[in-house]
Amino acid sequence: MNCIQHKTKLAVAMALSLAVFSAQAAEVEVLHWWTSGGEAKSVGELKKLMQAKGDSWKDFAVSGGGGENAMTVLKARVVAGDAPTAAQIKGPSIQEWANEGVLANLSAVAKAGHWDAQLPPVVSSAMKYQGNYVAVPVNVHRVNWMWVNPAVFKKAGATVPKTWAEFPAAADKLQKAGFIPVAHGGQPWQDFTIFESVVLGVGGADFYKKSMVQLDQGALQSATMLKAFNTFRMVRKYVDKDFSGRDWNLATQMVIQGKAGMQFMGDWAKGEFAAAGKKPGADYLCVDAPGTKGDFTYNIDSFVMFKQKSAEATKGQDDLASAIMSPEFQEIFNLNKGSIPARLDVKMDKFDDCAKKSHTDFIASSKAGTLVPSIAHQMAVPAATTGAIQDVVTQFFNSEMTSAQAVVKLAAAARTK
Amino acid sequence: MRRFLANEQFEINCSQAVVMRARRVRISKIEEMVMLASPPSAVDDTVRKPCRLSLSDRIETWLPKIILAPTFVVTLLFIYGFILWTGCLSFTTSRMLPNYEFAGLSQYHALFANERWWVALKNLALFGGLFIAGCLAIGLSLAILLDQKIRGEGFIRSVYLYPMALSFVVTGTAWKWMLNPGLGIEKLVRDFGFHNFTFDWLTNSELSIYTVVIAGVWQSSGFIMAMFLAGLRGVDDSIIKAAQVDGASLPVIYWRIIIPSLRPVFFSAFMILSHIAIKSFDLVMALTGGGPGFSSDTPATFMYTFSFTRNQIGMGAASAMMMLMIVAAVVVPFLYSELRSSRRG
Amino acid sequence: MADSSNTQTQGSSRFGRYLIYTLLGLVCLYYLMPLFIMLSTSLKTLDDIRTGSLVSLPAHVTFQPWLDAWSKACIGVRCEGMSVYFWNSFRFVVPAVLISTLAGAFNGYVLTLWRFRGSDIFFSALMIGCFIPFQVILLPMARTLGELGIFNTISGLIFVHVVYGVSFTTLFFRNYYVTIPDELVKAARIDGAGFLRIFWRIILPISTPIVVVSIIWQFTQIWNDFLFGVVFSSGDHQPVTVALNNLVNTSTGVIGYNVDMAAAIIAALPTLFIYIVAGKYFVRGLTAGSVKG
Repeated sequence: MNCIQHKTKLAVAMALSLAVFSAQAAEVEVLHWWTSGGEAKSVGELKKLMQAKGDSWKDFAVSGGGGENAMTVLKARVVAGDAPTAAQIKGPSIQEWANEGVLANLSAVAKAGHWDAQLPPVVSSAMKYQGNYVAVPVNVHRVNWMWVNPAVFKKAGATVPKTWAEFPAAADKLQKAGFIPVAHGGQPWQDFTIFESVVLGVGGADFYKKSMVQLDQGALQSATMLKAFNTFRMVRKYVDKDFSGRDWNLATQMVIQGKAGMQFMGDWAKGEFAAAGKKPGADYLCVDAPGTKGDFTYNIDSFVMFKQKSAEATKGQDDLASAIMSPEFQEIFNLNKGSIPARLDVKMDKFDDCAKKSHTDFIASSKAGTLVPSIAHQMAVPAATTGAIQDVVTQFFNSEMTSAQAVVKLAAAARTK
Repeated sequence: MRRFLANEQFEINCSQAVVMRARRVRISKIEEMVMLASPPSAVDDTVRKPCRLSLSDRIETWLPKIILAPTFVVTLLFIYGFILWTGCLSFTTSRMLPNYEFAGLSQYHALFANERWWVALKNLALFGGLFIAGCLAIGLSLAILLDQKIRGEGFIRSVYLYPMALSFVVTGTAWKWMLNPGLGIEKLVRDFGFHNFTFDWLTNSELSIYTVVIAGVWQSSGFIMAMFLAGLRGVDDSIIKAAQVDGASLPVIYWRIIIPSLRPVFFSAFMILSHIAIKSFDLVMALTGGGPGFSSDTPATFMYTFSFTRNQIGMGAASAMMMLMIVAAVVVPFLYSELRSSRRG
Repeated sequence: MADSSNTQTQGSSRFGRYLIYTLLGLVCLYYLMPLFIMLSTSLKTLDDIRTGSLVSLPAHVTFQPWLDAWSKACIGVRCEGMSVYFWNSFRFVVPAVLISTLAGAFNGYVLTLWRFRGSDIFFSALMIGCFIPFQVILLPMARTLGELGIFNTISGLIFVHVVYGVSFTTLFFRNYYVTIPDELVKAARIDGAGFLRIFWRIILPISTPIVVVSIIWQFTQIWNDFLFGVVFSSGDHQPVTVALNNLVNTSTGVIGYNVDMAAAIIAALPTLFIYIVAGKYFVRGLTAGSVKG
């Protein structure tokens, strides 16, 4: 132990002297797909922090399809032997990259920053590979939200449904009053986002964990899963017919403009409401998706750090890691992005009511064991399995498949390795 | 330059052996020429300059091959080498990054057990067939119409051609808006008072692939039109005049004489169109994203998704090999017959 | 060919002409519609887009989206708009187009006028090669470029585009040169002209039309390429298509459609310009080139 510490100190000293010697700061290159609007602004804050530390920032932005292009580029870079300093990777993919032996060990920085004390265990264990930190979390998104336009509900004389059983009655009222009950964008990940909230609401957190995280065949083929698919089919009825291929934010616009009553979407939807000048609690409500009160589906964005060739680059990388974890960055980044900080000790004063609720629920659900990873946002199972399950879900949603057929297909898809 | 070569020629001429070797090369070249050209002139050639055999001639003989060599090497390495490498990967367990653990045919089994792959294959057949046929039909019709001494031809031609200048990403985005029932054409027609008008192909699992055809044809048919127009301009007027004298009507002349003479244009157009169809990637991604569900997936989008997003490089490689086999099955016979007929002609 | 209409009666011919013009005009509208929508959207304010219909004209014309797209919009952490990337594209597109065109000209020359045993097989192999899906070559090419030390450089990008563009340029030039009578070359040889001399003095001067075709085709292909641009370049070298993609795609942010559309048009301006200016030569070049297969 002593020996390691000594070595680390030596390395730090060497790195420092090198830095002094070359009188030039390290350059960090960060691959991300937050390329526009508020997201880009958030990353801009990180750039400022790094520049304040004397490091230079080389932007490596590749957007498109929730990071599909970025993954392609990243693989090419690693294969070419030219990995960036850090890349936006989350969930089980962190373990997959670590398995390839290309990630850096951040233990020293983590120890110095007392990360273990600052992060909830669910988060910190996802960031570690074989006990060492290889990734840094930036935020926690909550996915099981339902965004409601209260004025629409009032006009239709409907009450906001608290369970899936209450849902059809409310949705029917909205439909009769000439509104679109559910604003939805027909992209596979959006279909999947509704589906996971349905599974959580119908089966509860334990069932969700068994079926969507552990992929337990018994749970996947159970009557509860059949009921979940039936419920999912029921929701499908309340979606307008132009939904296909619609971007999620256009669906949010429908809620904002009072064309639609509600939308199932993660807390990034707040950005749209904010941009339209709407206030939470008054112009729109953020409520738990039906039947998921007290449950919390998380989607945590994080950066993995790649092994670097020079001491200088490693120094820049360490700076980056501690900058991302700093309370200042976590606060300003999440204010921009709509999510909540991954660190528990950040003051929530400046955040809006939805974020405050999210923060409280996050801590409570973490204690109650109802904090679950979002499968639709690649937090639960490896990419291949997530994809296969998503195929079944989106095919079910977009065809006349029966629930019984879907259960069989789902069970088969879960076996994808 | 010329003088320099002559000098060299003189020096080398002293060596009998070299001359002999050069002569052999020369003779083989003549043989080739006899094969390719009419015999009398080739004989003339040998008679007229029988003794100018030298290094410069030798370089001359090899120069064409030297010029072709870089392309040859590049093709061998970066196309056929990479195909071979992909073929190897399709027999491995490669997941996130390539590895070389042998897996037998299991990736192919998994591929053909995958429903999404069959959808992609079916879509390729549908899209490929309709896209190629549509572009050829529209391209040819427009070219014939435009060839009737039209006023403002330059402008009209530019209008038909400009979509080719846009990237598929731009095309896909613009068409996505227009085909969206709530925003585009359907809404427009309904606003004009036809309330029962429905045009929701984009959001219909059964029909979404046809929207890709519409956008694809929109983008590429103008280019095909240009090719046909060029072909029509090259048709010899005297043949047509002769046919007219014989009393043939205009449609008959087109059908019997002009269109058959455009055979080479059909060849080039087919090559270019099938190339676009098989690689249909950007357009699908931008227009439908493969949706609704995965109903408008094509092999190219399938391969990309599985190789790069889903960390199943082995299966992605297997699907790529299947794509290449489809290409070979379609293109090779076509290419073979075309090369043979062009050599004869 | 159009003379044939004279043989028919005057009335039906006039009717026919009207029909042709109507048809051509309608098709023009079909082709222009997407461009019209892009243009009108790019001139609208965001509120106008949110409330109005897609096909309606802008309520208030604003050029702000264009200014934003060119020099202000944030792409990643750089808020300098598309201008930087726009010039980036030229830096690799121009050399790649010129090199691949020259290589294609030489290849076509050899494959038609200096045939040797196996040249047809080589040509076939080259043609099949251009059907390779580009997604397949991303990883091995990345490795190769890494080994060569030109990964993530402008030279690397030029290299990739030349390698995968040369089969097309070869096809164009081969089809063009096939129409040149063998006798022309033979006569030149008898006069003592060599391989290169024949090329420079005889072949190249009559190649202008097909050179134009090749340049237009290659310029369009390479300028519009996204896949190679995104994988084989990063940061400061990214081409305009990648910047456009970064601008219009957002995972969890507000979408500014007017700026997006303006940016899309900006990204397409050079190719549009080339097509409109050189369209005449394009058809002329194809006329000369594609008549014989």
